[in-house]
Amino acid sequence: MAALLGRFCRKLSFPSSSHGARRVSTTACESETGKPLNLYSAINQALHIALDTDPRSYVFGEDVGFGGVFRCTTGLSERFGKNRVFNTPLCEQGIVGFGIGLAAMGNRAIVEIQFADYIYPAFDQIVNEAAKFRYRSGNQFNCGGLTIRAPYGAVGHGGHYHSQSPEAFFCHVPGIKVVIPRSPREAKGLLLSCIRDPNPVVFFEPKWLYRQAVEQVPEHDYMIPLSEAEVIREGNDITLVGWGAQLTIMEQACLDAEKEGISCELIDLKTLLPWDKETVEASVKKTGRLLISHEAPVTGGFGAEISATILERCFLKLEAPVSRVCGLDTPFPLVFEPFYMPTKNKILDAIKSTVNY
Amino acid sequence: MALSRLSSRSNSFLKPVTTALPYAIRRHVSTDTSPITIETAVPFTPHQCEAPSRSVETSSEEILSFFRDMARMRRMEIAADSLYKAKLIRGFCHLYDGQEALAVGMEAAITKKDAIITSYRDHCTFIGRGGKLVDAFSELMGRKTGCSHGKGGSMHFYKKDASFYGGHGIVGAQIPLGCGIAFAQKYNKDEAVTFAMYGDGAANQGQLFEALNIAALWDLPAILVCENNHYGMGTATWRSAKSPAYFKRGDYVPGLKVDGMDALAVKQACKFAKEHALKNGPFILEMDTYRYHGHSMSDPGSTYRTRDEVSGVRQVRDPIERVRKLLLSHDIATEKELKDMEKEIRKEVDDAVAQAKESPVPDASELFTNMYVKDCGVESFGADRKELKVTLA
Repeated sequence: MAALLGRFCRKLSFPSSSHGARRVSTTACESETGKPLNLYSAINQALHIALDTDPRSYVFGEDVGFGGVFRCTTGLSERFGKNRVFNTPLCEQGIVGFGIGLAAMGNRAIVEIQFADYIYPAFDQIVNEAAKFRYRSGNQFNCGGLTIRAPYGAVGHGGHYHSQSPEAFFCHVPGIKVVIPRSPREAKGLLLSCIRDPNPVVFFEPKWLYRQAVEQVPEHDYMIPLSEAEVIREGNDITLVGWGAQLTIMEQACLDAEKEGISCELIDLKTLLPWDKETVEASVKKTGRLLISHEAPVTGGFGAEISATILERCFLKLEAPVSRVCGLDTPFPLVFEPFYMPTKNKILDAIKSTVNY
Repeated sequence: MALSRLSSRSNSFLKPVTTALPYAIRRHVSTDTSPITIETAVPFTPHQCEAPSRSVETSSEEILSFFRDMARMRRMEIAADSLYKAKLIRGFCHLYDGQEALAVGMEAAITKKDAIITSYRDHCTFIGRGGKLVDAFSELMGRKTGCSHGKGGSMHFYKKDASFYGGHGIVGAQIPLGCGIAFAQKYNKDEAVTFAMYGDGAANQGQLFEALNIAALWDLPAILVCENNHYGMGTATWRSAKSPAYFKRGDYVPGLKVDGMDALAVKQACKFAKEHALKNGPFILEMDTYRYHGHSMSDPGSTYRTRDEVSGVRQVRDPIERVRKLLLSHDIATEKELKDMEKEIRKEVDDAVAQAKESPVPDASELFTNMYVKDCGVESFGADRKELKVTLA
């Protein structure tokens, strides 16, 4: 229950990029000015900018016209017109297929899937069409202008079909990119990068943070580079890797671990596919220990890929087995959510047992 | 209750009732089962078939049962609304009030051997299939005594002994499932049909058409029922469908458009569809209905439609009011009797809620049960990683 309460007290300020870090998003760092915005407002701003700067960009999906179920698309239809911001019928496969076609003609199709849990009917289109379009046509055609946005992750009471984290399925598909922001400022910059990236991208937004997370977000147009992980907290004893909403939980665990004398280095992966192996490798070579945490079930989750790669690259430098603190191998439960989730205490415990191995 | 037993024994004297009878022997609430024929207000619109007659055979007892069942369903949904606002029900809660005529009308035309499968708006369908109020409330509040043992929640009510296959969260996913059930019924020579229910939003899902083609190809006894409440969450039908005539969407599959707010029309249509499906294969029913609440409890229901529209439908087309008028005009019951009935039902619902509130939550070990028949050795640790909490062997 404490874990649940911890989740509710999430109106924290987000860890800003530390200066000695290996990779720092300089563009976002330069102007710390801006208004305090929550996640959905930051995404809304990014969409406004994207549509403003490219007349051939379109936003569509279920119920986006009135602003969307999470208010991410507020004001777009009024400002850019119903020809560029429009509702689709309830058919994810059709929506994504349509987006691929639109992108193949050189447009930027920004597709919204209402909840990541509903993305599976579109899975065939993403895997078999979007990911392979450029490859199979020998670069004659591509659907790089496609960006699929979907709210993902636990929200406290979402149950089976409003809480899933499907990122692992997509990380297994060469040809697309998978990006997950951790905070409002990151989200705006990353989303603009995704939209302008010449590859199809799946962008998962942590729905828990839509209202809960508030941060200073610069008002101008800025992009955060893809495939660059960020060290958001420096440390020497253990490297923690995560993404999205889970980073807040991990940061709390890091603070608690510090009280016990363990210095933790926390890395936000940001882009899961293709992921920044160098940053994580350099960090693990320094600390000798790795812990990965994500909400998705542990078996076959993306943590497994990170673990295997780091093992290949840093085997002799590792002091302890790579630890994964993740969701349990069950369907996302209803009343049992607090037990299922990788909570701060589970992470803290794993940090301690890894350090004391 | 003694009075009704009295009246049913002497029912041959009591049709048609006149109010001139002295109070002492005046029939009270009728359980008369002799047939009455009532014309539906709105005709059926057929597609690729002949419409059934507008004259519906029913009885006083049946109409009264409609009233009781619908009133019970209505009260249950309203109670669920308050429980959700009191945070006793968490997660998502999709209410059916306004659409009750569908659940009761369908039940009147079929048996418990016929299967029903529906979407997440399933509370009233569960009650229609014989589910108990206390099971419904327990499930909504995630308690052990709920119909899915607290593991499903609002969207996943099931009742195996009544052939109610649930309760599905993903839009449209239940339609191919329903066709599969129909296949099994045909294969087993059950002489039963399956009603696969979905909404106007789901009507645009590709899997519907895939399932329909297969059902038509193999002459499956599947009846696809489109509960057209005119809004797919926030999107009106005219903005999501090129052809909002959902009963015609089957093309070569015959269909019928029905006034879904009229329980008797629904009964007639379902009876007709069942006869057709058993002989000739799939059928599509489009029920023209309306939901008063928003899509779910997170949706106020007023950003995409006006309050006047909702109250207009409530005044003119409310299914319970319609049945009430019928009961009064045919002198089957008096105003006071109906009000008393509603009071009883209100108490029944309140009692069920109170009982459900007392039920325990499922045990923590339930998190891991019922994933596989024999689970595959997954280990799970408690907060202290050294303590092995569960091994699924």
